[in-house]
Amino acid sequence: MLALVAAPYVRAEVKTGESFPPLAAAGLRGALPATAGKIVLVDFWASWCAPCKASFPAYAKVHGDYAARGLVIVAVSIDEKAPDYDRFVKKLAPPFATLLDADQKLVRQVVVPTMPTSYLIGRDGRVRFVHAGWHDDTERELRKEIEILLAEKN
Amino acid sequence: MKNHRRPFRNVPRLFLLLLGALAVAGLGGCTSASLVRVQPWERGTLADYLMRPDRDPLATAAAEHVYFSRESATGGRGVGGSGCGCN
Repeated sequence: MLALVAAPYVRAEVKTGESFPPLAAAGLRGALPATAGKIVLVDFWASWCAPCKASFPAYAKVHGDYAARGLVIVAVSIDEKAPDYDRFVKKLAPPFATLLDADQKLVRQVVVPTMPTSYLIGRDGRVRFVHAGWHDDTERELRKEIEILLAEKN
Repeated sequence: MKNHRRPFRNVPRLFLLLLGALAVAGLGGCTSASLVRVQPWERGTLADYLMRPDRDPLATAAAEHVYFSRESATGGRGVGGSGCGCN
């Protein structure tokens, strides 16, 4: 009975310390940048999600500051309608990679707790930090965490 | 001394057990396991503009007018104040 009641709450979310599913095998639409040996920030977003829209200018700044030092931002849209995705990307023209998870295969694998959610992945492919939602201090925290990961040797 | 008799003493025990089992099974439908949960990535339709209750300015204005003129509830649809005139 307890298992029956608790079943919906037992979610297989990808958590800190776990391996992130391989992006190359997720069937994402778009060009996946080289991520081997890099620190990767995977952000799940959607065109209908207002905080996601608010996060893009901040990610653009983060990309500008850290891309040369070994950070790769991969923004994965979970839009079911490709034209919505295309319109959003065209309008905001982000300097980082944007891909479309049209079948929502990757997001179902990762089981994001909210929209947007970003995963900061270390060079070993393991999730080091998770940010659920986009808040006032998210960019500041991200920068601090990216510095930590960049300071690590491997 | 009063003689307390068992309620439903004439009802067969097996029938009562069956009724209890049915009640438990029925209540099972009220558990969270049976609820359909919209996942964060499935909220695109809910976030659509057409799902907004205030998508039609004219209809919103008309509804506000009804609230104000018929129910004396200015701001009853979300604006601060209770319509009592004390704010």
